[in-house]
Amino acid sequence: MDVDAIMLARIQFGFTITFHIIFPSFTIGLAAFIATLLVRWRMTGQDHFHRLARFWTKIFAVSFAMGVVSGIVLSYQIGTNWSRFSVVAGNIIGPLLGYEVMMAFFLEATFLGIMLFGWKRVPPNLHVLSAILVAVGTSLSAFWILSANSWMQTPTGYEMRDGIAYPLSWYEIVFNPSFPYRFAHMFTAAYLTTSLVVLSVGARYLVAKRFEQEAKTMIRMGLGMVAILAPLQLFIGDQHGLNTAEHQPAKVAAMEAHWDGSKPAPLILFAWPDAKAETNHLELAIPNLGSLIIRHDPNGLFKGLKDFKPEDRPPLLPVFFAFRGMVGIGLLMITIGAIGAFLWWRRKLFDATWFLQPLTYAWPLGFIAIICGWWVTETGRQPYVVYGVLRTVDAVSPVAFGAVLTSLILFVLIYSSVFSMGILYINRLIEKGPEGKAIEPDTHPEDTLGSRPLAAAQEATRSALRPGK
Amino acid sequence: MDLLAYWLPLVWAAILAVAVTLYVILDGFGLGLGILFHVEPREERRDVIMNTIAPFWDGNQTWLVMGGAGLFVAFPKAYAIIMSGLYIPIIVMLLALVFRGVAFEFRWVSKPKNEFWDLAFAWGALVATFAQGVVLGGLLQGITVQDQHFAGGTFDWLTPFALFCGLGLVAAYALLGTTWLIYKTDGDLQDWARNAAKPALMLMLASIVAISLWTPYSVPRIAERWFAWPNILYLAPIPLLTLAAARYCWQGIENISFDAQPFISAVALFLLGLLGLLISNVPYLVPDSLTVWQAAAAPSSQMFMLVGTLLLLPIILGYTIFVYWTFRGKVRQGEGYH
Repeated sequence: MDVDAIMLARIQFGFTITFHIIFPSFTIGLAAFIATLLVRWRMTGQDHFHRLARFWTKIFAVSFAMGVVSGIVLSYQIGTNWSRFSVVAGNIIGPLLGYEVMMAFFLEATFLGIMLFGWKRVPPNLHVLSAILVAVGTSLSAFWILSANSWMQTPTGYEMRDGIAYPLSWYEIVFNPSFPYRFAHMFTAAYLTTSLVVLSVGARYLVAKRFEQEAKTMIRMGLGMVAILAPLQLFIGDQHGLNTAEHQPAKVAAMEAHWDGSKPAPLILFAWPDAKAETNHLELAIPNLGSLIIRHDPNGLFKGLKDFKPEDRPPLLPVFFAFRGMVGIGLLMITIGAIGAFLWWRRKLFDATWFLQPLTYAWPLGFIAIICGWWVTETGRQPYVVYGVLRTVDAVSPVAFGAVLTSLILFVLIYSSVFSMGILYINRLIEKGPEGKAIEPDTHPEDTLGSRPLAAAQEATRSALRPGK
Repeated sequence: MDLLAYWLPLVWAAILAVAVTLYVILDGFGLGLGILFHVEPREERRDVIMNTIAPFWDGNQTWLVMGGAGLFVAFPKAYAIIMSGLYIPIIVMLLALVFRGVAFEFRWVSKPKNEFWDLAFAWGALVATFAQGVVLGGLLQGITVQDQHFAGGTFDWLTPFALFCGLGLVAAYALLGTTWLIYKTDGDLQDWARNAAKPALMLMLASIVAISLWTPYSVPRIAERWFAWPNILYLAPIPLLTLAAARYCWQGIENISFDAQPFISAVALFLLGLLGLLISNVPYLVPDSLTVWQAAAAPSSQMFMLVGTLLLLPIILGYTIFVYWTFRGKVRQGEGYH
């Protein structure tokens, strides 16, 4: 396979996985949010919790469907486009993905049926339990897939025989050095992302003076999470960075565009790194702050890009800029949380339109940060697919250029159209808002078979399209 | 070969066979319902058809992920060869499943402008089914392998046999879909499903017969297995049982007494067909090139996953049955979407 076909396969995987990660990042947190709403409803008996749970469940259903279909593609793409990887790393990665399917996918997919359609069909506590199980399923899924990804970043507990990885210790494989940090970092990111969406939707309603009771609950719950998790994420991210500096120094050098390892590194606020000239143009930097961050010592040293052979360096621009995007958004989230918490404490939160109005546009922040973060860690692992073990160029399938190109074009066309429609429909559901009374369990369950939350969504769209009725 | 290295691949082949069988039956009737959208244009009936499966489709489809992941876990070499060798039909299937899957939700939220997602559901199901049949055919006819790597061309799978398998699977899933509807609905829609089930059954039977003759005719190894003495004696019950299941299915379609009879016998037809394919190809995973032992992952990997599987599979089956039981009973027109 020639270099162009490898690049196409990489673009294809990057494209499909970037699209896919949007949905799990949202549904991991959303499942937990819905379960929390339902538990609060059972504990307090307040109807607006139930209305909110039903409302978010409709959005969850649409997002989850998109996550499922884009995820199935990935589970097969490892074989279609990266068959050499699946042979070399299959003994290790296979069981990790297998556990994900058996512990997580079946749990979430099966109980999703009850969560979506069981409102009148099962006793309320069983319905709440189903929502909790879906949330547990999404978390377990994150656990296993992040373990697999972390092993590709920091492989341990294996030995190579005849070019194939064989497991030695499953404990060391599952809990490899970067896994605890990556799991904490991604899990927090998922909850932050959902919290920002909830906060943003709440702000949207309150500014428009619609569903005010629900809006205030959403703002409180969303903002509370952001105020706590955003600073926590800064700490977790820092710890994760220290771990990366220890195990993947080339990635950190690329993140910081740090060339000369013999000097303390500045923190580069902006620059245009030039891989050919091995220098940065237009550099704006704070001296020694980079060393302070990476080494926790202003005069600490860490490896620069020049310490690695050019063919062992990751692509510079995406890693450098995506890292700045992620951190920038993280700092913005901390600011949002701090201002919001202050206003809340001063009891001015719900009247602060100057604060809430911009927040109505804040919903994509978490998604962008997560995509940036994954670009940093995945591109930063290059030129390896399994760090230090298997180069990406040696991992591809013996599939013809034309076939990969055609499938890439189809993926781009279909994903862009299908998923833009999905976002449009979610926006419509939000436009319609949480409505209706809490529904008591039906006394004649046989009569209500097939009752579905999206039924309300359909009704919603119908009336939305006929204004005035 | 030590004992573990001998038995583990066999156990895994059995688990994989169970996963594929469950997928084919469970998502088979789901895809079959999508195929029926092509012959049932009335929206209120389409609503009911979709509602008969809405709570289950996601769990059903997960067996496909299980099949892919199971192959990857237990037989990474076979996974690598099959996915590269059948690249185009597999990618087509995945893309078709994207349309079919999102249509379950999008069709409801886009109402009343849902024509596109009706089409997506119908064509997604039809194309995915056809592609799955082509994958089966492509696998049965063999994949070019050198040094345990795929070494064939992009379009090697494109043969009349593979395309015929695609058509055959469309008929077979349509039968599962119609018989599921007979089980889950009543009144007009059930009558309609009865009428649609008959041609589906005849077409499926014709495909079974054609593939049963075609494979031994073109592959001497398969002819040997079925027709050599005394195998023919032991294997004779399979075609006979197939005929009996078909007859029982036809009776069920005609006779109203037991609504689950057509579906149960259609499932029996599938089980017999899959058993036949298994007998033809044991111990090959990629027919003629790679046996289950050659393709097997490291024993430690197979063992690690086997422990989890033996623990989790019963739990999965348990809650799957629970969800089917929760949503038991007939789905009626006008219910479920107002």
